[in-house]
Amino acid sequence: MPAQSRDAAIVGVHEFPSRDVEGALSPLQIKAKSAAAALADAGLTLADVDAIYDAGEGGGMAGLNIAEYFGLKPNVIDTTGVGGSSYEYHAAHAKRDIAAGKANVALLTYGSTAHSAAQRIGVGGRGATGHPSDNMDMFAGMTLVANYAMVAARHMHQYGTTSRQLAEIATATRYHAMRNPQAVQAMKDLEFLDIRETSIDDVVNSRMIADPLHLLECCMISDGGGAVVIASPEVARDCAKPPVWIIGTGEATKYPENGGDITTSAAAQSAPAAFGEAGVSAGEMDIAMIYDSFSITVLTLLEDLGFCAKGEGGNYVEGGKLRFDNPAGPALNTDGGGLSSNHPGMRGIFLLIEAARQLRGESTSQVQGASLAVAHGNGGMLGSRHTAGTIVLAGD
Amino acid sequence: MTEAKKDTRPAPSRPLPNLNELDTAPFWKATGEGKLTYPVCNDCGTVVFYPRAHCTSCLSDNLDWREACGRGTVYTFSIVRQSYHPFFRGIAPYAVAWIDLEEGPRLASNVIEIDPDNIEIGMPVELVWEPHEDLSVPLFKPAT
Ligand SMILES: [Zn+2]
Repeated sequence: MPAQSRDAAIVGVHEFPSRDVEGALSPLQIKAKSAAAALADAGLTLADVDAIYDAGEGGGMAGLNIAEYFGLKPNVIDTTGVGGSSYEYHAAHAKRDIAAGKANVALLTYGSTAHSAAQRIGVGGRGATGHPSDNMDMFAGMTLVANYAMVAARHMHQYGTTSRQLAEIATATRYHAMRNPQAVQAMKDLEFLDIRETSIDDVVNSRMIADPLHLLECCMISDGGGAVVIASPEVARDCAKPPVWIIGTGEATKYPENGGDITTSAAAQSAPAAFGEAGVSAGEMDIAMIYDSFSITVLTLLEDLGFCAKGEGGNYVEGGKLRFDNPAGPALNTDGGGLSSNHPGMRGIFLLIEAARQLRGESTSQVQGASLAVAHGNGGMLGSRHTAGTIVLAGD
Repeated sequence: MTEAKKDTRPAPSRPLPNLNELDTAPFWKATGEGKLTYPVCNDCGTVVFYPRAHCTSCLSDNLDWREACGRGTVYTFSIVRQSYHPFFRGIAPYAVAWIDLEEGPRLASNVIEIDPDNIEIGMPVELVWEPHEDLSVPLFKPAT
C-alpha cells in the first residue's frame, strides 16, 4: 500500500439546520451563517481563512463577490461550478492548493433557498441555456426525473435490475433519516405525508413520476446549506476536533456519446484515480456518502465506484446491506441523504459533512469505529451530461 | 344569466430550438426542408452529434452534412407522468427517449403514435415530422 498523503484535512463542518427558511434568509446569508459555524467547529476564525472555494450559486463573479461578502482577501480563489459535485472538486483543489503551499485554511460554503423560492427542479420546464446541446433536446420535454429514469430503464433492460432492488436505496436512507432529528424536522417542514421508516412495498407502490422511478425514489427539494473548513496538517493539529484526512481525489466528466453506454457514469473514471491515490479500495469503505438525487444514481455510482461489478448493483444492495447497522456493506448516506434529509439542489457539500461526522464519531447513525469513507458527488444529469467528484477520507 | 366565458388563451406550445444557435442552426434549418441531417468529419470519419462545426475526435472543421434515413431504435425511454411545463403537462403521459439512428447519431425525442406503456427498449422506430413555422421537430413512431 502506498503511503497515504496527509496533506490536508477537514477540520470544521456545519450543516445549516433549516430546510425551509420561509423567505427570511437569502442563500448568501445561509453561506455566511454556515461559515461562522464551521469555523467555530474547527476552533478557527475568519482571519485564519486564506482560500475560498465557491460554486457560484450566489451570483456571477463569485470569487470577488463572496470574498467581499465575507470580508476576506484570500490568496487562493477557486470558483469551480460543476453542479452537485462542486464541493468534491473544491475539496480536491483545496488539498492540492494546501499541499502546494498556496493556502493554509480553505473555506467552502453553500446556500440555497430552492424550496422557499419554489424552484421546480425535478419536473419543471428546462429553460434554454443557449448551449448547442440544449438546443438539440429541449423540445423533447426531458424532465430531470426522466433523464435519470432513462438510466434506470436501460439498467433494468441490460442487467435485469428491478424496482424492488432500487427501492432498497430509498428504504436505507429513510431508515437513517428517522434517526436524524434534523432530517425528521426537514420532512415535517416540507410536509411529507407519512413520516416513518419505509418498506420496499411503500417505495414501489408510491406514485410513478417518470417510469420506472417512483415518488419515493426521488430526492426532496429543500432549502439549506453548509460549510466545510479544510486545513494544512500544521493548522489541523491545533484545531478543536480531530482532523479528517483527504487521502484521495478524482474528477471526471461524461456526456452523451453516439453508441455510448448510459449505465456507466463519470465515476468509473474518477473513482480509480481517487482510490488509487488513497491506496485503498471501495470494499474497505465503512461509509459511502453517495449523491442520492434518485435511487438509480446510487445504484450506478456504487458500481462505478467499485463496490460491485457493473450490472450487479441490484443484487448488491439487497437485504438492507446499506444500513448503518448492517456490517455486510458500507453505510449509505447516514444523514438520510437527499432522498430523506436535505437536497437544496447541490448536495455535494453534505456528503463531505456527514462523512466527516462519521469519521469523528458524531453521526446520528454512527458506524462504530468508522475509519474510511468515500464521498462521491454527481453534478448535472446522470442520463446525459454530468461530472463526478470522488473524495476518499480517513479518520485521524 | 351569464354566458360561460370561453378560454381564449392560446394553447401552450412545444418549446422550440433557437435557429440562431450557430452550431446547430444547419440541423434545424434542414428540418424545415424535411431533412434529418448530421455532420461527419471528412478527415477521420467521426459522426459528430449533437452537431458542431468541428470534429469531436480531431477538431477538424472539414465536415460534411449527410442525411439520415430516419430509421432507428429506442436506446432507452421514460414515460413522463408529471411536468410543470404547460405544454408537456398537457400531453402527459408521454414518452421521452434516446433514439439511436441507423447512421450513428443518438438524439433525444418523443415516441408517439403508440400507447407509451407498450414501448420497449430496442424497438425499431421511424421518423415523423411535427411541422412548425420555420422548422420541423423530429419525433419517432413504431416502424412499419
Ligand atoms: Zn475528425
